[in-house]
Amino acid sequence: MTLDVATVDMTARIGSLTLPNPLMTASGCAAAGRELHQFFDVGELGAVVTKSVMTAPRSGRDTPRMAETDSGMLNSIGLQGPGIDAFVEKDLAWLREVGARAVVSIAGSSVQEFRDLAARLADEPGVAAIEVNISCPNVANRGLVFACEPTSAASVVAAVRAVLPPTIPLLAKLSPDVTDIVEIAAACVSAGADGLTMINTLLGISIDVDRMRPRLAGLTGGLSGPAVRPVAVRCIWQVQAAMLAGRLPTVPIVGVGGVRTGLDALELVLAGACAVQVGTVAFHDPSAPLRVRDELAKAVQERGFSSFMDAVGHAHRVLATAEGTR
Amino acid sequence: MSVPSSRRPGGPVQVAGRIISVRRVGAYQHLTILAPGVAETARPGQFVALAVGGERTGMLLRRSFSIHKVTPTGVYGGTVDVVVADAGRGTHWLTTRGVGEPVDVVGPLGRAFPLPKTPEACVLVGGGYGTAPLFWLADVLRERGCRVDIILGAASEDRLFGVLEARRSSTTSTVTTDDGSAGTKGRVTNVLGEVIDRADASVVYACGPMAMLRAVTDVATAHGAVAQVAVEESMACGIGICMTCVMPVEGPDGQTRMLRSCVEGPVFRGDTVRWESWQDGIGRVPDDCVGAAAMRSH
Ligand SMILES: Cc1cc2nc3c(=O)[nH]c(=O)nc-3n(C[C@H](O)[C@H](O)[C@H](O)COP(=O)(O)OP(=O)(O)OC[C@H]3O[C@@H](n4cnc5c(N)ncnc54)[C@H](O)[C@@H]3O)c2cc1C
Ligand SMILES: Cc1cc2nc3c(=O)[nH]c(=O)nc-3n(C[C@H](O)[C@H](O)[C@H](O)COP(=O)(O)O)c2cc1C
Ligand code: FES
Repeated sequence: MTLDVATVDMTARIGSLTLPNPLMTASGCAAAGRELHQFFDVGELGAVVTKSVMTAPRSGRDTPRMAETDSGMLNSIGLQGPGIDAFVEKDLAWLREVGARAVVSIAGSSVQEFRDLAARLADEPGVAAIEVNISCPNVANRGLVFACEPTSAASVVAAVRAVLPPTIPLLAKLSPDVTDIVEIAAACVSAGADGLTMINTLLGISIDVDRMRPRLAGLTGGLSGPAVRPVAVRCIWQVQAAMLAGRLPTVPIVGVGGVRTGLDALELVLAGACAVQVGTVAFHDPSAPLRVRDELAKAVQERGFSSFMDAVGHAHRVLATAEGTR
Repeated sequence: MSVPSSRRPGGPVQVAGRIISVRRVGAYQHLTILAPGVAETARPGQFVALAVGGERTGMLLRRSFSIHKVTPTGVYGGTVDVVVADAGRGTHWLTTRGVGEPVDVVGPLGRAFPLPKTPEACVLVGGGYGTAPLFWLADVLRERGCRVDIILGAASEDRLFGVLEARRSSTTSTVTTDDGSAGTKGRVTNVLGEVIDRADASVVYACGPMAMLRAVTDVATAHGAVAQVAVEESMACGIGICMTCVMPVEGPDGQTRMLRSCVEGPVFRGDTVRWESWQDGIGRVPDDCVGAAAMRSH
């Protein structure tokens, strides 16, 4: 069966937040939505996830900051941004004006910075959810990345949850560069995360074989793009499986990593994601977030689901049934 | 052919384009691409970002090319011309495409060359394929009554582009090559001061490698002219969403910021660019740049 416009119910729910569809931009891959709005109405997306914002304006790192790799890229932007005040004044106000749902990503180099940023946003109208990017180094802890250690990750989540009203869902964005992602996920959920975003980029290096030196000025960078999708699917799968097994409370998972088409998005959904972010592929195809939304709707309908939420985590059920009948 | 998807008049569109003509010009491939909606609003100095490698390509990032010329009123819609040097994997794919093949186009992108309000004498300087956008610029300047002098430079004769076109569209044209295989042996900057003085030029427009743009800015400034340079920074998206293409530029308030060369550029006033930041292929963030202090805390 082929359909031009899918009629399936694409409503997505993330805790108390209801979205018209599960498609979001990924933090750092859409700025604050303004540029993509030239190509499509960003208000049509489930949400716009904004570039991680810190307290002060930041210049970002030296250049080159990017290197193309096979089906992916490395980036070392260094969270270049205007700082929270300018963000609220210009970017958040703009998103409100065009009627987009804003998921605001925040980043801190200390627990205190995360808490202050969240407190600053708590009373701002138009914040649909907060996503904490805990993939930045904790200055108080020898530069160790928050997301790599359960107690650091939990302390950020708890501090942010404490200053946010219950009406604003809190998503913790996890790094795949850990030994046991379920352990970090469990720590975040018990500290009060309403949902988990998986995955952030994987650390990599690319070497220019002509100049025989690393391509990036910052040496290491985050790997993203279709090349990382199997890692994203694995992380979502493992955490969803642990939730189903009762090893941590069930919370919504937002999937991100290498989504290029509706079928790529469906992979993340079948593994357990109830919303999907499109990142790097927007550089290739600025219309990708909306295109993926439509392709996903069609794929969900073609597989006989009456609503999008019915497809979430379905691969676990198929496997359980298959094992039950063996 | 998909319908151009821009939602802002004059803004960029993404279109399924098609190559309708391919010509070899020296070391370069000259492509004419049918891309309705791009040509109609483009101005000299703007660029297009082309997807490379086909539908399921592993080369995710678009490649940027200055618009050489546009024909907004072709039989099937507007066309844009680009001049491509085979420099790596993506440009190699483009230079081996044939007539009729599809290419996904995003454009027009970036800020165009600012044009003088009154008739001024202008010198246009191009290095290698950097001459591609200059002839269209020359035509627009001459329509405004400006005197136009052109300098073309390249490493060797086969890397010159548009020697005949330059003669047609300028009062004087000068050619330089590093190896002396055509024109005057040496760099464009060896002759630039003299050309500025002879024409009594007040503006120098330049497009080419970064080192050339820096040198052109120095000579132009020393001879009392303003340099407007089109830079070539490595770009992942071309539309302003990734922050990879930044470079330090001083604003009217005297503060340096890391600006996106794809949307705040690619054309900058040469004397606002912090050229000393580039060393050995690395672009350092100047210590006095806005937001540099915050980087030191982590
Ligand atoms: C505004 C602008 C206008 C340009 N105009 C032209 C033109 O008219 N004709 C032309 O031949 N070339 C032009 N270039 C340069 C062209 O974009 C690069 O040569 C091309 O991107 C290299 O791609 P590749 O796949 O061959 O190399 P690869 O090394 O495979 O490229 C890998 C990545 O690095 C980037 N990259 C590599 N070299 C450069 C470079 N020199 N500049 C920018 N990005 C680079 C690529 O875009 C790609 O994302 C322009 C660049 C910019 C930014
Ligand atoms: C250029 C670039 C900048 C990014 N910046 C951020 C950021 O500021 N905050 C964040 O949480 N993730 C950031 N990411 C990671 C993405 O949000 C996403 O998690 C990752 O790229 C994987 O998804 P993708 O393969 O669809 O890009 C960035 C990714 C890229 C490519
Ligand atoms: S190339 Fe992405 S912001 Fe300029």
